[in-house]
Amino acid sequence: MNAPAPTEQKRTSAWSMYRAIVGIGAFCALLIVTVYEATAERIADNKARFLSKAVAEVLPASRSTAEVTLDADGTLVAATELADLPVFLGYGEDSELVGAVITAQGMGYADNIRVLYAYSFERQAIVGFKVLESKETPGLGDKVEIEPHFLANFEALDARLNEDGTALANAIVTVKEGEKTEPWQLDGITGATITSDTIGAILHQGSSAWLPVLERDGRAFQPPQSIEE
Amino acid sequence: MALRQVSPTDEFIKGLWRDNPVFIQVLGMCPALAVSNTAINALAMGLATTFVLLMAGLSVSLLRNFIPREARIVSYICIIATFVTCVDYAIMAISIELHRALGAFIALIVVNCLILGRAEAFASKHKPGRAMLDALGMGVGFTVALFFIGVLREVLGSGTLFGVDLFPDGFQTWTVMVLPSGGFFAMAMWLLVVNWIRQREADAEKRANERAGEVAS
Repeated sequence: MNAPAPTEQKRTSAWSMYRAIVGIGAFCALLIVTVYEATAERIADNKARFLSKAVAEVLPASRSTAEVTLDADGTLVAATELADLPVFLGYGEDSELVGAVITAQGMGYADNIRVLYAYSFERQAIVGFKVLESKETPGLGDKVEIEPHFLANFEALDARLNEDGTALANAIVTVKEGEKTEPWQLDGITGATITSDTIGAILHQGSSAWLPVLERDGRAFQPPQSIEE
Repeated sequence: MALRQVSPTDEFIKGLWRDNPVFIQVLGMCPALAVSNTAINALAMGLATTFVLLMAGLSVSLLRNFIPREARIVSYICIIATFVTCVDYAIMAISIELHRALGAFIALIVVNCLILGRAEAFASKHKPGRAMLDALGMGVGFTVALFFIGVLREVLGSGTLFGVDLFPDGFQTWTVMVLPSGGFFAMAMWLLVVNWIRQREADAEKRANERAGEVAS
């Protein structure tokens, strides 16, 4: 018995494939840019509102804030527009300085992690922490947002400066879970090692860059009249 | 043998029960189990997936004669990824808190096998109307299933529904239900219920056929 002759399949031309792939690519690009443009303003507003709420969460004693930045000479001045990684000084009910809130970021296991943390001038310690953006593995890396023993690090994480006031007296580092012995160490999370290490590195870098300036100029800084409530 | 004509209503309804993507086909389990720790998260993920299913189904169906067979997967993924990106922006514009709660799972809608599966198995072979009915049925079926899982987990795990307290102060919540493992427990409970109902339906149909056979003989 003869086997049936295979049916000849028409070969797809290169032009058809180019046309389809490039055409769909162009359509998709147009759609994405259109939706981005249509939602950009609303997203920026939502982010600003979220940031303001987060600042109040990490530094509950503050009743108003003023965003600060550095001028060309490295002096603390009022910011004129919201920075990518904003830093705020927080003021209490009687306009007294109660702390600073610093935004910092670093590369985690999956993507960039952006955090917000509060520094107390009085206690010279980090006293509040919140993750603003993270795409860490659900159930593992995202434990840095909910794990009680990890969050307990931020009741008073030592961030004292050295005698010159030019750098941290002790590097903020993450140690293995249950091995924390010093107040400047972060008790890490087993199963979220890279993410908790990253949080330690972010806090160290952010604090090294900002705390010497804030300690030097923060108390003398005169907040603008219309500070954010 | 002539193929059975499927009515538009059947096309829609099959995704709700007979071919439900979560409880029958067991597709898209990653978001179904991970994001369903509260009813609102489950509902939001279900609606986002339904939108992507609908738009991807419509686009693939409209372009079915334009996309060569060799380039179909890359084209479908590109289309699906575009609508997921649009949904991502839309959710951020609606609520940053909701966007954070859904986390990485919004982006992961791109690789939800339910969407690529319906694009390849159905939308690429049918006209836009049918493709949209199929996508809508599957999307609603997916959303309802996620919502059922979310309600069970939130009620037992947090003692709330849509954030409203349901029980008196002494109620001891089952914390495990809001943890990842709780997703598996809730899924198993619903699968038990769904399979029990289907078994009863099958038994009833079998008895009806036997009775019809006896009457005919």
